[in-house]
Amino acid sequence: MTSSLIIELGHLLNISIKAGTPLLLASLGEVYAERSGVLNLGLEGIMLIGAATGFIVAYSTGCPELGVLAAIVAGAIIGLLHAFVCISLQANQVVAGLALVMVGTGLSSLMARDYVGIALKRALRPVKIPGLSRIPIIGEGFFHHDILVYASYFITLILWFIMYKTKYGIWIRAVGEDPSAADAMGVNVYLVRYICTTFGGAMAGLAGAHISLAYTPMWVEGITVGRGWIALALVIFAMWDPLRAMIGAYLFGTTEVLQYWLQMPLQAMGIDPSLLGTFPYVATIIVLLVGSFERIRKRIGAPASLGKPYVRGF
Amino acid sequence: MKWIKIRLERVYEAPIWLQIFVAIFSLAVALMIAAFIFLAHGIDPVSAYAKIFHDSFLTEHGIEFSIVKLIPLLLCSLGLIVAFKANVWNIGAEGQLLMGSVAATWIALYGMKGYPSWLIIPSMYLLGFLAGALWAFIPAILKAKFEVNEIIATLMMNYIAMKIVEFLIYGPWRGATTWRYPITDEFPIEARLPLIPGTSIHWPTLLISLALVPLVYLLLKETKIGYEINVYGLNPEAARYAGINKTKVLAFVMIISGGLAGLAGVGEVAGIHHRLRYPWTISCGYGYTAIITAWLARLNPLVLLPVTFFFGGLLVGGDVIRIDLQLPISVVYLFNGLILLSLVSSELILRYRIKVTLVGGAGR
Repeated sequence: MTSSLIIELGHLLNISIKAGTPLLLASLGEVYAERSGVLNLGLEGIMLIGAATGFIVAYSTGCPELGVLAAIVAGAIIGLLHAFVCISLQANQVVAGLALVMVGTGLSSLMARDYVGIALKRALRPVKIPGLSRIPIIGEGFFHHDILVYASYFITLILWFIMYKTKYGIWIRAVGEDPSAADAMGVNVYLVRYICTTFGGAMAGLAGAHISLAYTPMWVEGITVGRGWIALALVIFAMWDPLRAMIGAYLFGTTEVLQYWLQMPLQAMGIDPSLLGTFPYVATIIVLLVGSFERIRKRIGAPASLGKPYVRGF
Repeated sequence: MKWIKIRLERVYEAPIWLQIFVAIFSLAVALMIAAFIFLAHGIDPVSAYAKIFHDSFLTEHGIEFSIVKLIPLLLCSLGLIVAFKANVWNIGAEGQLLMGSVAATWIALYGMKGYPSWLIIPSMYLLGFLAGALWAFIPAILKAKFEVNEIIATLMMNYIAMKIVEFLIYGPWRGATTWRYPITDEFPIEARLPLIPGTSIHWPTLLISLALVPLVYLLLKETKIGYEINVYGLNPEAARYAGINKTKVLAFVMIISGGLAGLAGVGEVAGIHHRLRYPWTISCGYGYTAIITAWLARLNPLVLLPVTFFFGGLLVGGDVIRIDLQLPISVVYLFNGLILLSLVSSELILRYRIKVTLVGGAGR
């Protein structure tokens, strides 16, 4: 009884983390973009392009690792485009981001229209970490995953370290809070924003690749089903902190998994389980609400110049 | 010695001709980018565009269907204009439209079954408006009271509305006469909107949407609440000092924009489909396309009329070539996204003016 419970819990933790990883990767990138003052609402679209590019490359070369690389590059290109539109052309960032979602939705389904319903022959497979994976619950939960999940552990720590412990982190935060002061200090506002936004795009592309190459290794249109938007909500919930983004992403992964786990018991109780599909979306709104209570209490707000283009001298 | 001095000046109200030029210019750029993407996928863009244009604007059927599509676009974008003016980003017209459809379906099949037409149809519009308004009111209150980001909240409400429609058509509302297809039974004759004879244009909804154009214009230009919306949209801080009630403005703009989208939903099910069916086939992305039309009209209700007619045509023609070339439905999004992207990018031209002056000698 207890041993089967341990196995079940380990399994639940395992899928929660797996489901949370694309959310984590996308929110980490967006944390950097928003900290530098650029809002990118286009995550959903960039994730779709990353997922499609990754899938096509992995399918045609037979090498999922190449697919991952291609997805990162594709995401970075779209991120760079967003940076150009928002920073150099000073466009409205909300509208530009929405446009990116539309472009990504359309472009991904056009690119991959011949791959619909095809499953990947060689996906990114889970690898057990010797030794660590034998710890009860934790071992199955954290150390029996594909390579991108392991990478996400390190990326989170590195990004947290850069943000809070290096001068580059200070630059990024300064640019996002008060760009003219940062400019006066000699920080290149435009360059910092370009780099952060492009990086955010690359991370969203990577997140898409995790979905189409590891989590559900196949292609269907709109494969991200709103995860880009959930990642955006996570950034707010995380108060723009990479470590909190990690916790939030895994909590969300759990809600995603719970909707499948609750199906059987609900059916047994005579309740129709099909409304469980609304679960992640309702949870997102609740999380935003809880997050805003905490933000109001701690008086933490969004980066002060988020969404505002910087123009020197005006 | 004289110098030519070139500098950029901030412009707050660009001339009309420039605004029109920028709109047309960005449309052209978007169509060109889309042409390259089509070329890369082995599709001849010139004949595709010619076909879109011909099928939607040069045939009687094309114009008829462009008007059918204009109706939901116009209603949704009118509502969005009110919200966008207040700088409130309602991305949820899609879900608000669906909730309007759900309300109309309930009246037609359950709530007022057997009642005469003159009672059913006004009730459908009324309840449809309320359902859409309620769906928008939830994020409005969350934003007003708890600063919950309305963009994400309204978008999540879209997904929830879609799931609710799916739940209804697969579950309790699945038709008894539909061979287990996930659709409801057909609406009784009394619950179907009258059409302009010989066409598929449901004229009551068209009439409502046309009447709303001047009304929304006057609302924003001439009324006290319209003034408050504008002030709040330009500067929420200033609005607070001017004693403008934030909750009131947010609730008002969201109720209007959600309600109008709800009306569009009533028109779609009661005027076209005559039943509730798979959510995408009802909403067709109108709620998202309306964001573009609202923006393209530069949030001016009067400009909206030609813009939504044009976009209705694009959707009709887009459907035709999509079926001809067997492209996925979401390709329409690619078009829309490119247009929107080039539109916001080219707005820079409207914000600055290049000023060239001759500056006289010695002092310089």
